[in-house]
Amino acid sequence: MGKRVGVEVSIAAADAVGMANVDVVAAYPITPQTHIVEHLSDLVANGKLDAEFIPVESEHSAMSVCCGSSALGARTFTCTSSQGLALMNEIVFIAASMRLPIVMILANRSLSGPLSIWNDHTDVMSVRDCGWIQVFTETGQEVFDHVMWAFRVAEDRQVSLPVIINMDGFILTHVIEPIEFWDSAMVKQYLPDFSPINVLNPDHPTTVGGFGMPGIYTEAKVAQNEALVKSKPHILKAWQELGAVTGRYYQPVETYKIDGAETVFLSMGSTGDTVAMAVDELRAQGKPAGLIKLRLWRPFPFEELRLAARGVKRLIIIDRAVSYGGPGGPVASEIRSAFYGEKEMPVVTNFICGLAGRDVTPEDYIAIYSKSEKMAQGQVRQEDYVFYGVRE
Amino acid sequence: METLNVYATRLLEKSEYFTPGHRACQGCAEALAVRLVAKALGNNVIVGSATGCMEIISSPLPFTNWKVPWLHVAFENAAAVLSGAEAGYRALVRKGKRPEKGTVFLAMGGDGATTDIGFQALSGALERGHNFLYVCYDNEAYMNTGIQRSSSTPFGASTTTSPAGKIHFGQRTWKKNMAEIVVAHNVPYVATACSSYPFDLMEKVQKAARTPGPAYVHILSVCPTGWRIAPNKAIWIGRLAVETGVFPLYEVVDGKYRITHEVGELKPVEDYLRPQGRFRHLTPDMIKHIQDRVSAEYAKLEAKTRL
Ligand SMILES: Cc1ncc(C[n+]2csc(CCOP(=O)(O)OP(=O)(O)O)c2C)c(N)n1
Ligand code: SF4
Ligand SMILES: [Mg+2]
Repeated sequence: MGKRVGVEVSIAAADAVGMANVDVVAAYPITPQTHIVEHLSDLVANGKLDAEFIPVESEHSAMSVCCGSSALGARTFTCTSSQGLALMNEIVFIAASMRLPIVMILANRSLSGPLSIWNDHTDVMSVRDCGWIQVFTETGQEVFDHVMWAFRVAEDRQVSLPVIINMDGFILTHVIEPIEFWDSAMVKQYLPDFSPINVLNPDHPTTVGGFGMPGIYTEAKVAQNEALVKSKPHILKAWQELGAVTGRYYQPVETYKIDGAETVFLSMGSTGDTVAMAVDELRAQGKPAGLIKLRLWRPFPFEELRLAARGVKRLIIIDRAVSYGGPGGPVASEIRSAFYGEKEMPVVTNFICGLAGRDVTPEDYIAIYSKSEKMAQGQVRQEDYVFYGVRE
Repeated sequence: METLNVYATRLLEKSEYFTPGHRACQGCAEALAVRLVAKALGNNVIVGSATGCMEIISSPLPFTNWKVPWLHVAFENAAAVLSGAEAGYRALVRKGKRPEKGTVFLAMGGDGATTDIGFQALSGALERGHNFLYVCYDNEAYMNTGIQRSSSTPFGASTTTSPAGKIHFGQRTWKKNMAEIVVAHNVPYVATACSSYPFDLMEKVQKAARTPGPAYVHILSVCPTGWRIAPNKAIWIGRLAVETGVFPLYEVVDGKYRITHEVGELKPVEDYLRPQGRFRHLTPDMIKHIQDRVSAEYAKLEAKTRL
């Protein structure tokens, strides 16, 4: 059985990476991810983790180093945030196309400009279509568990895809939480050694990353997409088995007070907790509120989402990023298309809030709820959205 | 030297690891350089290539010209990718997950990939001290995208982004001296080479591969297409680059300079410039200007060999 300790979530995350016995870590510091890299360097410097820590000169090189080491067959980890993700963008896409099972923690932070170090989801939304498995976490415990889960899923031979673990900057990275650490028996039981199908080895030469003429590019992309879509059962299985080891069972879509709920919030990441408080209050007032939390972002859990929202009349989508000149928030537009043409399509209202660390309290969510109710009485068009909490 | 080479050919390994059938232009001395490097390194090597002519001509899916493990990730990151592979190898060997076989890690890229867009990644990898070899195939422009200038394009050369026109005369900056910049990183082995001198080239590549830590070989690679010469003139032009002192062949071992191919009396630079279409527009004044620079640079290099 694991041990429960009070610890900063970044430290726990790095410890989890260490317990996964990673072979190569390549990372470049950026707030609010820094504590993770620092602690990993510490583990290596003190002989607690036998790994190569590569202090690269940029995030672009961090992801490039990860590609090289993963292709060589080494278990590979990196973490970044915001501008760092933007700088490595090119290689993030390539890593997925090369089917390299790299694990990356993304300490979610706003993208510049204006320059800001605080939390929202604009960074991860910029790589929505990068081909990685993408998951959101709500608590420190979830971060810890998902480090193990991410290696397990990524390196599954039936999957062989990189994984992004989203972890809200500051709200998760810099808080101290009680976290149950796994013991080594649990790790051993859950996470097998990395044994990839293809590695760079002179004994069995392979050519990796060749270039695609029009006659082959489409087929390569179809295969890549299929790999991501078909990773879903393996993802579910890995969560199931994680539950067997820890007693904590995760789902692609999770719900709170959904029974009898008619107006339901949908959120991602650490805000779930705050929204749940608002839901409690609304329920106490006799309002039919509920909450859907989207944990799995890619591959998108269409079925689970539709199932969770069955009977729901109105959805309030909380977006923490903007699609400038587009349909509001990126989450809302995905949700709308997931329901489009369904027999019982909920009315979707979209609120963009909590940008760059702007606090959104339970009271704010209650206000959002009323606003949404009012909007839903009129006609809500697909492209409608509201920036909530803008100062006059 | 010449006579020695005649004997040495017989001792050369017959196997090719970069095979025929690739799609390089006729007379491409860059592809020749790649072939020689691959031959010199044998089969216990892992190669990482930057985007550019050599990548495109050798890896159109589902074909390959590589008989050794080869990977390509992007244009500017071959040094970083290979640092990762080397680090992964080191970790796995130490942890008993992979046998130590003395595998060589070769990162390669064109002059654009090396002196411009991948400069930072290369500097980082050199500074971190990875046990790898970086080879720059310098054809003095971005050939893959259509002969645009790079910081390695020589003064006066006409390219598609430094065209010779009514006001400008082609490239207006002097060629970046990449080998010197690598020397400044204090790495144990740096050399220049040219595929017109295959034995010198292969010897240096082997030496570089044997050197623990980072090693760098900068290979002048004549590109008939971009330099506007006939395909059958590539080897000759490469020789002229060396014989005129435009591109001296030397090595720097632990900071000690040695010219590996002494040319004696340097031929006039004009002999090198005149046959090439990219320099066709140069006036005698400009040629004199270039000659002065080449002589001065050569003298500087010679001075370093006496240190
Ligand atoms: C980030 C990025 N920018 C630009 C390009 C386009 N591009 C591909 S190869 C190349 C030039 C390669 O030049 P060099 O490195 O000198 O190699 P060569 O083709 O001359 O051998 C360029 C500009 C790219 N692939 N990636
Ligand atoms: S353009 Fe030049 S370097 Fe590229 S393949 Fe042709 S000859 Fe070789
Ligand atoms: Mg070039």
